[in-house]
Amino acid sequence: MDRREFIIPEKPKPARQDFSRLSRTQTGLTPYTGNWTIEEVKHLLKRTMFGARRDDINYFLAQSPAASVAEILEQINHPAYVEPPMPLNNYNATVNDPNCALGQPWPGTPDSVGGISTYSSRKKSLKSWWVSQMLNQPRSIREKMLLFWSNHFVIELDSVTVSTYVYKYVALLRQHAIGNFKTLTKEVTINSAMLKYLNGELNKASAPNENYARELQELFTVGKDANGLPPYTEDDVRAAARVLTGWRNDLTGGVNSANGFNSYFDPTRHDTTDKQFSAFYSNQVITGMSGAPASGEVDLLLNMIFSKDEVSLNICRKLYNWFVYYDIDATVETDIIVPLANIFRMNNYDIVPVLSVLLNSEHFYDVLNRGCLIKSPLDFAVGMSRDFAVIFPDATNIATQYSQWDRIRSQSSLMQQDLGDPPNVAGWQAYYQTPLFHELWINSDTLPKRNIFSDRMANTGYTVSGQKIWVDVVAYTETLTNPSDPITLIEEVLALHYSVDTGVNLRNYLLSVLLSGQASNSYWTTAWDDYIGSAGNTTYYNIVKSRLQTFYKYIMDLSEYQLS
Amino acid sequence: MKRRDFLRKTVPATVLPGLLNGYSFKAFSSSPLVQALANSVLTDHVLVLIQLNGGNDGLNTVIPLDQYSNLSAARPNLLIPDTQVLPLYGTTATGLHPSMTGMQQLFNDGKVSIIQGVGYPSPNFSHFRSTDIWLTGADTSQVLSSGWAGRYLNYEYPNFPTGYPNTAMPDPLALQIGSTVSLALQGPAASMGMAISDPTSFYNLINGIQDPAPNTPAGKELTYIRQISQQSQQYSSVILAAANNITQQSPNYPATGVNSLSDQLKIVSRLIAGGLKTRVYMVNLGGFDTHSAQVDSGSAATGDHAELLTKLSVAVKAFMDDLDFLGIEDRVVGMTFSEFGRRIKENASDGTDHGAAAPMFVFGQPVQSGLVGTNPVIPSTVAVSDNVPMQYDFRSVYASILEDWFCVPNTDLSSILLNNYQHLPLLQAGLCSTVDTHEINSGAGINLISNYPNPFSDSTYITFKTGGGHTLVQIFDSEGHLIKTPVDGEYVAGEHKIWFENENYASGLYYARFQNGTVQQVRNMMIAK
Repeated sequence: MDRREFIIPEKPKPARQDFSRLSRTQTGLTPYTGNWTIEEVKHLLKRTMFGARRDDINYFLAQSPAASVAEILEQINHPAYVEPPMPLNNYNATVNDPNCALGQPWPGTPDSVGGISTYSSRKKSLKSWWVSQMLNQPRSIREKMLLFWSNHFVIELDSVTVSTYVYKYVALLRQHAIGNFKTLTKEVTINSAMLKYLNGELNKASAPNENYARELQELFTVGKDANGLPPYTEDDVRAAARVLTGWRNDLTGGVNSANGFNSYFDPTRHDTTDKQFSAFYSNQVITGMSGAPASGEVDLLLNMIFSKDEVSLNICRKLYNWFVYYDIDATVETDIIVPLANIFRMNNYDIVPVLSVLLNSEHFYDVLNRGCLIKSPLDFAVGMSRDFAVIFPDATNIATQYSQWDRIRSQSSLMQQDLGDPPNVAGWQAYYQTPLFHELWINSDTLPKRNIFSDRMANTGYTVSGQKIWVDVVAYTETLTNPSDPITLIEEVLALHYSVDTGVNLRNYLLSVLLSGQASNSYWTTAWDDYIGSAGNTTYYNIVKSRLQTFYKYIMDLSEYQLS
Repeated sequence: MKRRDFLRKTVPATVLPGLLNGYSFKAFSSSPLVQALANSVLTDHVLVLIQLNGGNDGLNTVIPLDQYSNLSAARPNLLIPDTQVLPLYGTTATGLHPSMTGMQQLFNDGKVSIIQGVGYPSPNFSHFRSTDIWLTGADTSQVLSSGWAGRYLNYEYPNFPTGYPNTAMPDPLALQIGSTVSLALQGPAASMGMAISDPTSFYNLINGIQDPAPNTPAGKELTYIRQISQQSQQYSSVILAAANNITQQSPNYPATGVNSLSDQLKIVSRLIAGGLKTRVYMVNLGGFDTHSAQVDSGSAATGDHAELLTKLSVAVKAFMDDLDFLGIEDRVVGMTFSEFGRRIKENASDGTDHGAAAPMFVFGQPVQSGLVGTNPVIPSTVAVSDNVPMQYDFRSVYASILEDWFCVPNTDLSSILLNNYQHLPLLQAGLCSTVDTHEINSGAGINLISNYPNPFSDSTYITFKTGGGHTLVQIFDSEGHLIKTPVDGEYVAGEHKIWFENENYASGLYYARFQNGTVQQVRNMMIAK
């Protein structure tokens, strides 16, 4: 037996902390008027965008809090919304697409099903492109809200299998991401991808399919009560299914569309009888209609559903969970959720007024609400790429460019968040599963994967066709205020990258990394100044690079880095 | 025999089945004492939960042949021709889906119990709600935030995660094969489970500097992440070691990547045979939400559902073959479950909508094989909303497994399942008569005896915590010889500290054994000169 192994003393066990009487805040929706420092700006950006880039922090530090929120909500300083250029064929080298050439946008053209199907290539193209929209987002909440809606009006790209449908679904959610929720609900209800995903296209008078009608109420609008029970009845599910009979998709041969991949209403499949709803909906009857006007029954259904306060309360709770914290106690319910839901209804379900009040509130900026959100995998991977200004390949080689964007998606997927493919129609468990909620992102499988990714990014990065994406620790450090002084460097990096306070032990350790265990700060200063003063000297470069790699890897490996 | 009597009578004074806190098994691997402990590991019972996500169509899985005329009216497109249905030994009324030849063979070999019509009163038709009900063991109108298996593990190991891992339980309590931990494994306070996707590859997490976490939401989350980080580090080596103990498994598994369920079960059998004491494993197979294309048009025995049942049957059969191959068949019981069955009447898309009760499979060599319950009675006219009625509450299945396999006393079941449930004859009799480790497990993680400094050269303080009454502290050398009895008398309840002097003992490992009533604990001490 190895003697050293024999006498390792028992590791001290940390005392278990009791969080049962956790401090929660009493602050409400009164507009925030406090300090406007890097701490507050970083908090706003990390919650509403992916990461908090240094240039964005500086930009908003020069604005007022209200102006910052207005800009992030696209109320000021943004042009009218325009759809970004469409995803392209990046896959022709491996899968020949007879309907779309390399480098050309594929939405609107049919999938090829002969030979190798193009659907999985197009789906991947869409996801990679979607990640690029996050990476290159303007100073706007739109991409974060798009992710929110894709976790609300869930479809799984894997099971829809019509590429233009899924593109149009993403485009629809992006267009309405900060628009009107009721309008979006209507559009989603008759969206081709959703009709396919939840079997609405099969729903007809002779054989009603309840799948969408159930999720519309259970997940998308009314939700469940505090006991996890639906306030509507099984009969309401059946009645709503009958209202929605007749909406169809029109693919011929499973691939092409006569009307631009849009859904349509087929009156011959519509249930023309009256639909009786329960006491929850005040025993309302939606009178059966026939012919083309019967397509309007869906509006009557949504009017009925949106007359219930449960809808606004449900959405406001989800927004709170997404932007603030998952713990909605009685105080938060009374002081935040209920007033926000009132605002939502008063504004006919426009989303911006609700977000504006929330993001401008004392409650949002309360120190007790900072740093308590566990980053989702996409927040982690996209945020890291943005924070460190990771350079992605340009459009010279479409395949390489998409492949590197896809790296961020596939890594996030390994950490259990596959963009466009939540595990089921309820979305990612982290947003609904009591009691752990966001903690579900972190387990003994996914936490090492986060560290593997950040370590690799700070080390060799990932190279495709000679194009590397990586956290260029030296280039990034050069952008900081005074990297020659190790104390300033440490303080600035911790301030930019952590949302929670840290103590002197960590600072001392990080200092020892930069100094390689030496006592005097001048060792780092000399090393850095030598590097700056002798461009092209690889010895000097490698001295600072190896220390900075250890330094940033350590910062990204600590548990603190997982918090936003 | 009462549990306490049993322990008293079967533990000779020189055998030390206690806790060897603080030192890894590896460091002790040559000690005969530890060999004795390790042998007892092999008698521990393991439960494997197979979740079939989406709601499995029970009527096309376990097929009621005596209901065919009415069933064909309700399911003209879905009904499998009776000539293709797989017969089961001992019955002509019930058969299996043609895809399930492996399951059929296991049944006919006496290794499967099929429980008919399992559900719960007032079924819920939402996937999410009904899944939560099955995972937590809740009533239809009751919301629980802990899982049924998590509550059992909390009952068995009440101190977890404080003081874990320890020698009584050096391994994860429960393992989920995959990347998310199921609600079923959620305990009242902490998650009792851990997720792994590859038992042979672990990443070295850093043991970072930890500033104290404040009592804020951010502090709560920080503490949670740190705890996961620590557990991952602590358990990765034992899992890796268990996996590396097994270099050969049954050749009957499909190739990797073909059948996700068999891939998962292959990991499970490897870890069990490799020596993990982990009690519960959870695996899953998705895709059972067959609203459309459940069967191929014009061919009811093929289609999506047939493929899923093939995967299930092949995976379970290969797993059972492997348990036999590895010589651990008597240690493992498995169970399938799904959030609900499906509607009796088929829909217009060659599929079925959300339903209610459905059959469950409990499998393993220790199982009492056969059919429990009767075929559902299919009415001659079936309405769209008609469902298979419940014969057995799913919590009766849980209760029977807890009592007859995990050896939970009947009187304690209601503290785990929060109610009393009917006992079903799912397991063979007498499986609980030889092993009783609950006393040891429930004390695991508590430090009853410790010494400081340790290692020591001349002297050390021994601190012990007694419940009062006669208390004994004995010191043994590494071979098990009693060399000193520093404490032997009546003590008041509480913590006591004694001075222990090295009376010229040789350098090396010693054990301090504490005994108070039926409670005992062993702690290592090291003399280093």
